[in-house]
This record gives sequence, structure tokens and C-alpha cells, in this order.
Amino acid sequence: MSKVSMVLNGKSVSADVEDRTLLVSFIREVRALTGTHVGCDTSQCGACVILVNGKAVKSCTMLAAQADGAEVVTVEGLASNGALHPVQAAFRENHGLQCGFCTPGMIMSAVDMINRYGAGNLDEDTIRHELEGNICRCTGYHNIVKSIKAASDQMAGMSQAAE
Amino acid sequence: MAVEGIGARALRKEDKRFITGKGQYTDDMVMPGMGFAAFVRSPHAHAKVTSIDSTAALTMPGVDAVLTGDQLVGDGIGNLICGWMIHSKDGSPMNMGGWRALEPEIVRHVGQAVAVVIADTQAQARDAADAVEVEYEELPAVVDSVAALQPGAPQLHPEAAGNLIFDWEIGDEAAVNDAFEKAAHVTRMEISNNRLVPNPMEPRAALASYNDAEEHHTLYTTSQNPHVARLVLSAFYAVAPEHKLRVIAPDVGGGFGSKIYIYPEEMVCLWASKRVGRPVKWVSDRTEAFLTDAHGRDHKSEAELALDADNKIIGFRVKTVANIGAYMSLFSSAVPTYLYATLLSGQYDIPAIHANVKTVYTNTTPVDAYRGAGRPEATYLVERMMETTAREIGLSPAEFRRKNFVRSFPHQTPVIMCYDAGDYDATLDAAMKAADYDGIAARKAEAASRGKLRGIGMSCYIEACGIAPSAAVGSLGAGVGLWESAEVRVNPVGTVEVLTGSHSHGQGHETTFAQLICERFGLDSDSVAIVHGDTDKVQFGMGTYGSRSGAVGMSAIVKALDKVEAKAKKIAAHLMEASEGDIQIEGGELKVAGTDKKLNFSEVALAAYTAHNLPEGMEPGLKEGAFYDPTNFTFPSGTYICEVEVDPETGTTEIVSFVAADDFGKVINPMIVEGQVHGGLVQGIGQALLENAAYDENGQLLTASYMDYTMPRADDVPSFNLSTHETLCPGNPLGMKGCGEAGAIGSPPAVINAITDAIGNNALTMPAAAEKVWSLYQSGSKEAAE
Repeated sequence: MSKVSMVLNGKSVSADVEDRTLLVSFIREVRALTGTHVGCDTSQCGACVILVNGKAVKSCTMLAAQADGAEVVTVEGLASNGALHPVQAAFRENHGLQCGFCTPGMIMSAVDMINRYGAGNLDEDTIRHELEGNICRCTGYHNIVKSIKAASDQMAGMSQAAE
Repeated sequence: MAVEGIGARALRKEDKRFITGKGQYTDDMVMPGMGFAAFVRSPHAHAKVTSIDSTAALTMPGVDAVLTGDQLVGDGIGNLICGWMIHSKDGSPMNMGGWRALEPEIVRHVGQAVAVVIADTQAQARDAADAVEVEYEELPAVVDSVAALQPGAPQLHPEAAGNLIFDWEIGDEAAVNDAFEKAAHVTRMEISNNRLVPNPMEPRAALASYNDAEEHHTLYTTSQNPHVARLVLSAFYAVAPEHKLRVIAPDVGGGFGSKIYIYPEEMVCLWASKRVGRPVKWVSDRTEAFLTDAHGRDHKSEAELALDADNKIIGFRVKTVANIGAYMSLFSSAVPTYLYATLLSGQYDIPAIHANVKTVYTNTTPVDAYRGAGRPEATYLVERMMETTAREIGLSPAEFRRKNFVRSFPHQTPVIMCYDAGDYDATLDAAMKAADYDGIAARKAEAASRGKLRGIGMSCYIEACGIAPSAAVGSLGAGVGLWESAEVRVNPVGTVEVLTGSHSHGQGHETTFAQLICERFGLDSDSVAIVHGDTDKVQFGMGTYGSRSGAVGMSAIVKALDKVEAKAKKIAAHLMEASEGDIQIEGGELKVAGTDKKLNFSEVALAAYTAHNLPEGMEPGLKEGAFYDPTNFTFPSGTYICEVEVDPETGTTEIVSFVAADDFGKVINPMIVEGQVHGGLVQGIGQALLENAAYDENGQLLTASYMDYTMPRADDVPSFNLSTHETLCPGNPLGMKGCGEAGAIGSPPAVINAITDAIGNNALTMPAAAEKVWSLYQSGSKEAAE
């Protein structure tokens, strides 16, 4: 057993867990945040994507112990004061989800993608290429791509307005 | 909030919980004291189980129990069933072998469960499952359906001699033989339809508990049809009586058919939870899903099309061998028969059709309905034949199809179906225009100048949805009726709850079903809640598959709404001392026509429940139910056109444009309909280009993870150009046809027709992997050069 501590969605948390505990199990089972999903066990599907120290990580591929001391954000931590993150809002407005199972991972990957490229700098080809690590079986990706593009463009508008 | 009724692009009511991580899927459920199940599975495709030794496993940390098939059988748990009886052409009933949820004697596919471990944690259960020692005596295996029919092939079930489950036929063989004798041209093809794995992103899961004081079971499970699950678990498997079993299908992460069936694992959890005296949870890992979720397709066919001198089709002959896997899953027998051969007429007026289907056991995962279920197999066959025939006779593919379109309705085909409405020219015209079909020559030349091969292919599909008229399917062998139920409860404060027997696992019922209520009463959608998926809350219903939730499920809601509206009008007329016929409902108010008298909908609702002043003899309350049994199937149709560019150096195919023009009848929410088409198209394109469940000769599934089975990803597919063209279905009150499967049904032949056009070689099979395309192009070019 090891004691693992991290800042999870802005809150300091710690727990004693078996050494082999995966980060996704820590989040889902120890912390009961079930928005992060397990879809494949082989780091292919991306349903478990979260942000660790600001970067997208497949939480089924990392031990909880490796996240000791890290700042972790899951889909539950994106909205602030009840206001949806622009990526969350864009997924709803563009019908970017159907069954909702891949959605948390898609949204977290999209947030990471926009962070890396800068808001407003994503085109369809880039988004499709960047989504390589996230599988969706329902939407055919059409509206996911549209959602991410819309969020990226909207966030660019927001940051311009703020300047 | 504006009232969003029929036809509105209403945003989804269910989305907020999914985008904030608050969805509640089965694996998210926790019960105090729950244990975890892990299954011990056969590594062999065919073997005798000679011994199971749990001694070591039972000593491991956290392990509660190891249960085997002998205990299951000893507790009187019944075999898994197939619910649709098919008779062979000689009149004999299908030859169904036994299927136990835990097999004590002979395993027949890799991954079949022989024991289950229950332990305190999932990791402990999985560790202990590895420690259960099972001795097997291997038997020879057969994986190919045609090989399984050969003399001397390994035999799976004593009930099915020669592995043949049934040898079935449909249509008039003599009339077809006559047509071929008179034919001016005959096109012949061998066509195979590759085996697929449905792969909803949420793996199957179950959480079962037993209350011994109440003798009551609860099962949370990933089901498309919780009531059918309860019925089958009770009536056939005898796990629990129906009134002592609550089945809840909470948020379900996609199904595509694979979550219709009642599998061994869910049933074992239910049984085990009683036996070990604690709640039991099981969550499939992805490889278990590949090995045990019912697969789809896997047909091998020979087809012949006969034309007269005027290029009119006069006869169609099809012979198909359908691989059903090691056991007969719940609807497996219906898929290669009544869901397949009844669609072989396509959009065409064909006077004589005969199909023979042999369905066989093999040492592979059971095969059942997967998005489209039989109709994709029929459409692929018909549309590959149409395109190929057009090429052979030198007519344009569009021209040849138009020459043979059905244009008067109703149209009785020679294979049971009676098409009720459609306009096939309209969708073909729309698709050709959107795809700039006539401009392809210039685009081919431009691509050639860059060293690329451009090709275009079309597919004019028809399918049958809205399953189904209960008496009709009963006469064809179905063990259940296929009606749907609804209850509309108006609460005393005027909000509305709709209890539906349909189940939503991505289709957006909470939104579209609410639109019916908004339309009818002028309410905003925040006043409406759709309740589904819980057998303790909702009256018996048949669930969601076969694109039936609109045409059948919403029709039931409409019938219940008719009753609610009639009663509300009676109450309003009484309260306002007006004639019932003068009451109009508008904008959430019941008004007396031609006066300024009106009551709010909520005032009428309250009056119904206070019951202080109701018409003489009227029962209090405002709640009505309805069961809707359809009068016919519905027939969505359309044209898909795919344009590809193939790199002759590598064989890589890029889809450069994909156009879909569909007729789904009345569309309730265009946004959701488009989403359904997008998803279906990518599953169909996945089948055509990428996906294949590959077995080796020993029955090992080579593609049992996402590292081996090629799921379509975002950069494999294009964005789509969609349109809808409405002819109303006369068979249901809203005129709906269904849109859930069309994309997966219509797209594979369009893709393959396009690639074969590009490479000039028609021998392509699915999936069109780069190596295969490259080889065919190379051999085609050589042939041309010689």
C-alpha cells in the first residue's frame, strides 16, 4: 500500500491504495468521480482521458502513485461556478455526443488540443488527426469535429474580447 | 423557453449530465458490500472440460466463491434460448443445441465461460480466476461456415447434424428458374459479408443483488430492452420470478444490437448474488467484449441476376451460408432469414426472387443482430449486383437502377414485404446533384494528373424498420410480439411524465419524445420528463432495436396523448361550460374557440386531480396508457454516393466525398436524425474499409482488442453531406420510418462500388485494406496490359 496525495479538481485529496492501483481506479473507485470511463484497457479508446498537470493523459495507463503530488482535472472539474466550459457547451450545441460514454474523454482531449494549439488555431484536418487517441462509436465524429472547432473559435473570440 | 415541437432542432435534454461527467452507467453503480465477478474462460475453440480445480483460487485473498456449471445446472438454471423459430424448407424445426451460462462439459468457442470467481475487489477476482485450474481435452475446431458444412467437419452439437441449423428458403424457385431460362443477360457474383464486432464504447456490465427477506432480485445491466431481459431471465432461465425481479438499464453507452441479448454473464451475476449472499458486479473488459458480445454479419453468398433484352430485371437467385457461431443467440435465427432475404428486392421491381439460406454452427462467438441486422447483408448483395450488372451491360449505374425502380405503391415484392411509400427517384436525384455525379470524369482526369485513381460508387438502399406487426412476426416464428407501450402521466401541477417501453442508449429519446408532448400541449420541454429503462417504474415494453423507437415507440406515445387530450378537453369544456368540440389547445392553454375563455393546461390538470368538479361519472386523474402494434414494417430508403481516391502506390483509400440522401418519413428532430446517419455511415464505412473479426484456423480470435481490430477513427472518415426527402409512412400516426440503421445499411456497397470503379477490378472484398486494394489494382493493370 502507498499513500497517494494529489489536487483533484482543485481539492487536496489523499488515500492509501494498493501499489498497482491505476489512476483511473483511484478517480472512479476511491474518489467516486465516475465521469472518467474505462472503455478498452489498452490505452486505445481515450474514454479515460484527464488532465495531469495540464496535459492530457490516459488515466488507465498511469498508476495512481505516479500522480502523487500532481494537479489532476477530470470532466467533473471543468465547469466553474456552474458555468459549462466552452468545450462542454459546444458539444451540447453541436450534438457532439450520443450515448455519452466517450464524451468525457473527448472533451478532455479537446481542452488539451485547444490549449496546445491556441484557441482559434484548429482546422478540421488537425482536429481529426489529433483525435487519433479517442474512439467514438456513435457520432461518426462529424459533430465532434464540429464541436471542437466551434469551441476553439469561440474561445478565440472570448480571449480577443478580453484583451 | 420556446416550445420545441415536431421538426425542431431541439438541443438534447440528456446532454448536461453526460458533458459534466454525471451520467450513471452500470459500472458507476455501487452497492454496500458488493463483490466482483471474474469469469474463467476457455482458451480453446472446442474442447472437453475434464476437470475444474478451484482449490488454489479459493485460498487467495478476498475470494468468496468459485462457481461452476454443475452448480448452475444443479440450481435449475435453464439454458440460454433463441427466441425465433425458423423451419427448414422441408418443414422441420431448426436444430438448436443447448447453451449453458457456465459450461460444464464441452466448450465451443474461445472465451466461453466455465466458472466464475466472486471476490472483494475486481483485481482479486481476476487474479483468482487466473488461478482456477481447468483441464481441457482439445477437439478439432471449425471456424468457416462453408467448411463447417463439409462432410467430416468437426461437429459442434448433437442436435445439429452436419452443423446445419436450418436450410431455409423464400420465394418462388420455379418462377426464378423460368426467368433465367428466358434471360438475355445474367450477372453472377460471389459475395461475402465480413464478420464485425459491434463495439459499443461502454462494455457490458451487470450489478445484481438479492434481498432474502423479500426474496427479491435487482439487476442493473447494460440492456437495450430491460423488460425483455426480465421476461427471459424469469420465464426461460428461471433465475427469479418476474414479479420478484427488477431490471434496470440506466444510462447505457451504446448498443448497436449487441445489448439486446441476455448473455451468460448478466444471468450468472443474478444467480451468484443470491448464492453468495452479496451484491455482485461484473464489468467486461474489452477483450472479453470481443470474445463474448454477439458478433454481426458473416455471410457467404452466390447471387445471380437475370435481365431481359430491355435490361429489366426478371429474376434474382441467391444462395447464402450464414455463420451463427457456436450457439444460437436470442434473435440469431431471424437475422439471416426474415430480416435479410425479405429485403432482396431492394428498390426494384423484380417479379421473381428465390433465396436459400443455410445457417450453420462454427467454433466462433455467437452472431446476432448488429446495426442493420440482415438488411446490410441484403443491401450489400443487391447493390454490388446492381453496380456490377450496370458495368457489364454498359449502362450507367444510375440509369440501370432507374430502369428498375419501383414507382407505384403499395408494391408487393415476391419476398413477403409490401412497400407502402417511397420516391426512389427523388433521393437518387438529390444524391447525384449533391455529389456532382455527372462531373466525375473531370475529377478522375484531375486525380490521374496527380497519379491518383478516382472512383465513384452508389448504393440505393431500402430497409425495413418499425419492427413489427405482432401477428405477422408471430406467423414467421417470433416468440414475442413487437408492439410498444407508453403511459402519459400529467401531474397535478401540469408537468408531464412519459413512461416508455423504448430504451435510449444514445438515441436522444429524452429530447425527441418530449417534443411530441411539447407539440401537442404547447408546453416547454422543461415541463416534460421521459422515464425509461426500469421495470419497476415502466409498464412492460419491448425496447429499442430495429429503428423501432420512433415508428413504434412514439406511435404508442401519440395514442396515449390522444386519450389524455380527449380527457383534458372534456374537463376543460365542463369547467368553462362549453361544448367539448369547441375546445382548442394552444400554447399551453385550453381555449373555447371564438371566445376569450381559457384555462391553463396546469389548471385542467389540477382539476383532474382535485376532482371537485368533474363531468358526471368521470374518473379522477389525468393519466393514460396505450399499446401500439404496427400494421406494417416501415421502409426507409435513400441513395448514398461515395467518391474515393486510391493511391496506386500503396493501395490506400481516401474517401473524398460522401453524400447521403435519405427518406425517413416524418423527422421529429433533424439534428438527432443527422447524428444517427453520421454514426451509421461510419460503422458502414468501417465495415467496408477497416473492420474484420479475423479468426485463425484453430478458432483463436486474432482481432480481440483495439490494437488489432480496426475501429474507424476521426481521421479515417470524412465529414458528410446529408439531406432528407420525406414521403410519409402511411402505417403510423406520425408518418415516421426510422433512421437508426440506414447509414450502416446503405454505405458499404457505395464504398466498395467506388473503389472497384477506381481500380478497375471488381473482385474486391470487405474490408478494403490497402494491401488488398493494391494487389487487385496491380493484377487488374497487368490483365489490362496483357
